[in-house]
Amino acid sequence: MPITTAFKTEIPRISILDEQGNFDEKLGKGLIPDADLVKLYEAMYQCRHLDGVAFRLQRSGRMGTYPQNMGQEATSLGAAYVLEKTDWLVTCYRENCGLFWRGVPMESILLHWMGDERGNAMPREHFATPIAVPIGTQMLHATGLAWAAKYRGEKQIACTFFGDGATSEGDFHEAANFAANLDIPVVFVCQNNFWAISVPGRIQCSAPTVAQRGIAYGMPCLQVDGNDIFATVYAMRQATERARKEGKPSFIEMVTYRLGDHTTADDASRYRDKAEVDAWKAKDPLIRVRKHLERLKLWNDTKEAELVERSEKLIAEAVARAENIAAPHSSDFFNSMYSELPSDLALQRDTMQTHSLGQDPGQLSSTEHLSNPAEHAHH
Amino acid sequence: MANLTMVQAINLALIQEMEKDERVMLLGEDVGLNGGVFRVTEGLQKRFGAKRVVDTPLAESGIIGTAIGLAMGGLRPVPEIQFDGFLGPAYDQICSHAARMRTRTRGAFPVPLTIRVPVGGGIHAPELHSDSPEAIYAHTPGLKVVMPSSPYDAKGLLVAAIRDPDPVIYFEPKRIYRAFREEVPEDEYVLPIGKARTVCEGTELTVVSWGASVVQCMQAIEKSGKSIELVDLRTIYPFDIEAIEASVRKTGRCVVVHEAPLTCGFGSEISARIMERCFLHLEAPVQRVAGFDTIMPYYKLELDYMPDAARIGRAIDDVMAY
Repeated sequence: MPITTAFKTEIPRISILDEQGNFDEKLGKGLIPDADLVKLYEAMYQCRHLDGVAFRLQRSGRMGTYPQNMGQEATSLGAAYVLEKTDWLVTCYRENCGLFWRGVPMESILLHWMGDERGNAMPREHFATPIAVPIGTQMLHATGLAWAAKYRGEKQIACTFFGDGATSEGDFHEAANFAANLDIPVVFVCQNNFWAISVPGRIQCSAPTVAQRGIAYGMPCLQVDGNDIFATVYAMRQATERARKEGKPSFIEMVTYRLGDHTTADDASRYRDKAEVDAWKAKDPLIRVRKHLERLKLWNDTKEAELVERSEKLIAEAVARAENIAAPHSSDFFNSMYSELPSDLALQRDTMQTHSLGQDPGQLSSTEHLSNPAEHAHH
Repeated sequence: MANLTMVQAINLALIQEMEKDERVMLLGEDVGLNGGVFRVTEGLQKRFGAKRVVDTPLAESGIIGTAIGLAMGGLRPVPEIQFDGFLGPAYDQICSHAARMRTRTRGAFPVPLTIRVPVGGGIHAPELHSDSPEAIYAHTPGLKVVMPSSPYDAKGLLVAAIRDPDPVIYFEPKRIYRAFREEVPEDEYVLPIGKARTVCEGTELTVVSWGASVVQCMQAIEKSGKSIELVDLRTIYPFDIEAIEASVRKTGRCVVVHEAPLTCGFGSEISARIMERCFLHLEAPVQRVAGFDTIMPYYKLELDYMPDAARIGRAIDDVMAY
């Protein structure tokens, strides 16, 4: 018998506005209305500005470890722009731009990295889950959230973000497999930024693209220039349409680059060349949109100066709100543990300041055996 | 009122909760068409449809991770993990997310899910089908851990678990799935999580246990001929320290019995609490009868591993000898 082909596929790659300013009219025309494009540029700029402020807050001891988003703004923003405000946005920790577009207040993100859980107390109307620190675990939650919507017969879908390193985690594969086999409308978006802290992408994935990982789960897969807001929007339109019409998942690899360190605790110069970083700086997602807007006569230096001023004010106010929040009470870390605090935990909370282990020895009712019960009366 | 096994009582509880609350749905490996490998979900897919009783891909982390999303999305999922030893792959989702989501978000995202897991040894099963990992989950803040010891308790506790707004791990001692029958009311009743049951009253010694070991304790107590109080914890976390304390203050002696390994088993916590709270009432040191700090042996030796009436009886004698 001759050998036949059991399966053959290809991965389309989408690039609409490249770093040289070339714009693909066929794919890009009418994709993003001019007024929206201005807003998207402003959102990217503000996110970038916050990133710089957050970095300086960390360096001056006003904030804990912070992961910069610099260079990756167009990925999550493209997604949040296309998604309905009621679709779940299930992110990792480098998707500030999309979260701000969704309406999550900047101070929520700042508070999170300032070591305050109140930053995660996301109002449910944002349909955004909190920052997920354990790598590659949140895609299952996105699958469950979209599944719950499907169960109730609602049109809501979910979009989840993760990095290239996360596609090495088992949970990524389980989430993709569940969504594909159980027909759950999830858009899986991998931000391939080439580095998982110091480990390069080739150690995460030997295939030529990360996108083809989705092929194994029978999903349509796309690779896009993740620094091109037009391309990310284009891909998200396709994926969300399939999710809504067919109730099925898709996989998008957004190729981008982490211009900063992994976090403020990292020093990327230890493991990657300056030349590589410089080459990617030229592919910055903000620069090309600004130039494109200028060509369209939608932007100029005056507008830029006005945006800078507006952003400085906006972000200074967000920082002030984050820093001026009332200090948390030490009992706060007990109070949300359960819907109702178990009595034993309430005892630990109420005695944390007065007993060595924060635990009442509980000898109160046995004081009749003690020589001087009065000593123990404060129990 | 019907005379039911524990399997039937759990099945009945699932039916009634699913009828009552549209948000309750089941997912897991083989829970649908096959009714679960122990037949606990027998007939439920036929009755409620494949939308509410879902056969998932074979992936424990996937089952729990998606169940967390389902719960965050407003449903009341009841995932099944097929055996105790298969909880390992789901550990990350249970401990990194289910247990933490409520407090991480300061209450914005509660995770009301009930993870059903057949637990423990005594059924001649292969490796990793006979473990007792309850202490691991009791030690993880944010979870509730339940283990019934009878068909009546199984129904009432499962109803409580499903209605609970927090994640509950509901361990089902497979050794007594069909070991005996009991009158189980058709009518709704709820046994509160966190409350122990005094199985029999006594004045000379307190035995504290849970799950299948309760049955062994009853045998040992009968043989001892002494006045022994048996406290069945029902819930490992939050645990009913008041019930234990009240009983030990009365009897002055205590033996804790569990199938899980001795070191850092939940008996360690109970023993420490008794020392802290009842020290001046104790007539003897608290004794623990537990599994050993070994891997649960293959089934030829499993009865040597698990506490039986003879070992419990020896502990009772030792404590009474003080």
